[in-house]
Amino acid sequence: MQLRVGSRWRSAVDDTQVVVVRAPEGEVSLTCGGHPLVPADGQPTAGLTISEGHEGSTALGKRYADPGAGLELLCVKAGTSALALNGAELPLKSAKPLPASD
Amino acid sequence: MNLAMIAEIAADAGGDRVVLGDPEHGVTYEQLYDRARRAARLLRESSADTVAMIGVNSELFPVALFGAALADRPFSPLNYRWSDADLAAAVRRLAPVVVLVDDEFLPRFESLAGESGVQWVARSQFLAAVADAEPIEGGAQEPANPAVLLFTSGTSGSPKVAVLGHDNLSSYILGSVELMAAEEGDAQLSSLPPYHVGGIANLLSTLFSGRRIVQLPAFDARTWIDTVRALRVTHATVVPTMVARIVDLLAEDGGGLPSLRHLSYGGGRMPLPVLERAMVLLPETSFVNGYGLTETSSSITVLGPDDHRLALTSDDPAVRARLGSVGRALPTVELSVRDADGEPVAPGETGELWVRGEQVSGRYVGTESDSAGGWFRTKDAARIDEEGYVFVEGRLDDVIVRGGENISPGEVEDALLEHPDVADAGVVGLPDDDWGERVVAAVVPVEGRTPDPGELQEWVRGKLRSSKTPSSIALVEGLPYNDNGKLVRRLLRASMVEAARG
Repeated sequence: MQLRVGSRWRSAVDDTQVVVVRAPEGEVSLTCGGHPLVPADGQPTAGLTISEGHEGSTALGKRYADPGAGLELLCVKAGTSALALNGAELPLKSAKPLPASD
Repeated sequence: MNLAMIAEIAADAGGDRVVLGDPEHGVTYEQLYDRARRAARLLRESSADTVAMIGVNSELFPVALFGAALADRPFSPLNYRWSDADLAAAVRRLAPVVVLVDDEFLPRFESLAGESGVQWVARSQFLAAVADAEPIEGGAQEPANPAVLLFTSGTSGSPKVAVLGHDNLSSYILGSVELMAAEEGDAQLSSLPPYHVGGIANLLSTLFSGRRIVQLPAFDARTWIDTVRALRVTHATVVPTMVARIVDLLAEDGGGLPSLRHLSYGGGRMPLPVLERAMVLLPETSFVNGYGLTETSSSITVLGPDDHRLALTSDDPAVRARLGSVGRALPTVELSVRDADGEPVAPGETGELWVRGEQVSGRYVGTESDSAGGWFRTKDAARIDEEGYVFVEGRLDDVIVRGGENISPGEVEDALLEHPDVADAGVVGLPDDDWGERVVAAVVPVEGRTPDPGELQEWVRGKLRSSKTPSSIALVEGLPYNDNGKLVRRLLRASMVEAARG
C-alpha cells in the first residue's frame, strides 16, 4: 500500500485506528494483528483473527515509528494487536514530550 | 492533511469530554466537531471563497476555523481593534468573502452592507444557522486551498497577508503535541486573540492535548487573574506585556495563583526583570518560552521549565544568561544563522536567523516565495550558543551597529528597566557621523520620580559597557506599542529624530 500523511487506517482484526504522521516513499506492507490495514472508511473481510506472533496492543495517543523507513503512525483508537511494517513489529516511539509553548 | 483532521482525531479520542466552557455544561469534543461539520455545509454552499472573522474569543472561533477547513475555504481572522477603514480595506482584499462578525461590532460596518462580494453575518445568526444545518457527509478531505490567512502586525509598514497551509499547521500540532495527554481537570485559559498566530496555535494544541478551553473574550489583567482563581485554571499562554501587567497586580494583592501549573509566553521579547519577578511571585508555576513567527505556524524554539529553574538559580553566568534566550529548536525544525550574503556564520556569532521545516510557510498572498531550499529568513538577528540555545537580539533592522559593534536594543532596555525609577524603556539607533549609529533611549519614569538622565547613563555603563550606553536619554510619558504589545521602534525612532532636531 501507498501511505499518505494524514490518511487514516483501521485494523482488520481489532479496534486499532491510526493516522499517518510521516509517510515513507513507495509501497509498504503495514499490518495490524498480521493482516493489512484497511482505509478507515473501508470494510475489512469478516472473520479474520490475529495471526500468531502479532499479538500485542496499541494505545491511544501513542506513536509507532520506524525512523529508518521514515514512517510514523499516531494511534487514534486503541486496540489489542500489534502493528508491523514489512513484517517487523513497529516499536513505540519513546519521545520526551515537549512542554506546551502556546 | 486537512487541518480539521486535528478536530476529528480529537473528537474520536475525546468523545464526551468537555472541550469548551463550563466543566458541567460545556461543549464536548464530539459536539464541537459536529458543529464544525454543520458550519462546513453552510460555508460550502455560500458563494464566498474566503471566511473572515471579526470577533473576540468565543465558540465561533473553533467552529469557524474547522468549518472553513472542512469546506476548503481559507479562514482569515481579522484584528477587531483596527480602524473601521482598515478593516474594510482588509475585507475587500479577501472578497468574495463571508465575514462572521460579533454582534456588538456589526453596527461598525453598516455602511458597507450591500457591497458586492462581501457578505456580513452576525455571530448569533451564524451559530443559530449552524445548529439547524445538516452536517456534511464524511470527514476531512484533502484540501486544495490554504487553511489560514493572517494579516501580519506590520510594525514596519502596511500589513502583508501570510498564508498558512493545512500541512504547515497540522504538522506543527502532530509534531509537538501529545494527543489527549492532559490530566483530568486540566484547563487552559485562552486570552490570545483569534487573529494572532498564537491564538490559533493555542486553540489547536489545547484541543489536541485534551485540556478544557476557558476563553477570555479579551485580555484584561484583573479579569485574567480572577478567572484563573475562580475556574482553577492550570495552563495559560500570554504575551510579555500581559505578564508585566499580571505581575504588577499580583504584587499588589499578594494572592498568588496556586492552581496555575504552567505559564507559557511568547510573541515578543520578554524583559528579564519582568520574568524574574514573575518567577519569584509564582514559585510553583512552570514557565515556558516559545519563539516563532506568524510565518512559521507559531513556535520554532522552546525554553522549558527546567531551563528556567536552572537559569534562575545558577551561579554559572552562561547558564544564567539562558533566561534571556528563547530556548532550543523544536526537533522538527532546522535553524541556521547566516550573514548578509547568506553564508553560515561561526558558532556563537550574530547573524540573521533562518529556519526550515514542515510547519514553516513563509508565503504571502500575491508574492512569490523567496525561500531557497525551503529556508525562511526570519529577519530576526540571533546567535546560537554551543548548547543550542538561541538568543534573539531583535529585528535585524533594529539592531544598532555602532562603530562596527552590534548592539541589541533589548539588552540596553533591560539594563534601564532594572533601575528603580524606570517603569519602561525603549532604545533605538540614530544616524551618527562618527559612529555610523548612536544609541539613544526613551525612558518612562516610575510615577512620581524624575530620574536624572546622566545618572541613568552611569547606571547602564556600570551594567554593560560604555559603547552600549545611550548617548542621550529622554524622559517620556509613554512608548508606542501595537495591539500585540510590541514596541513599534519605527515610531519611537521617528519621535527621537524629531526630538533631536529640537
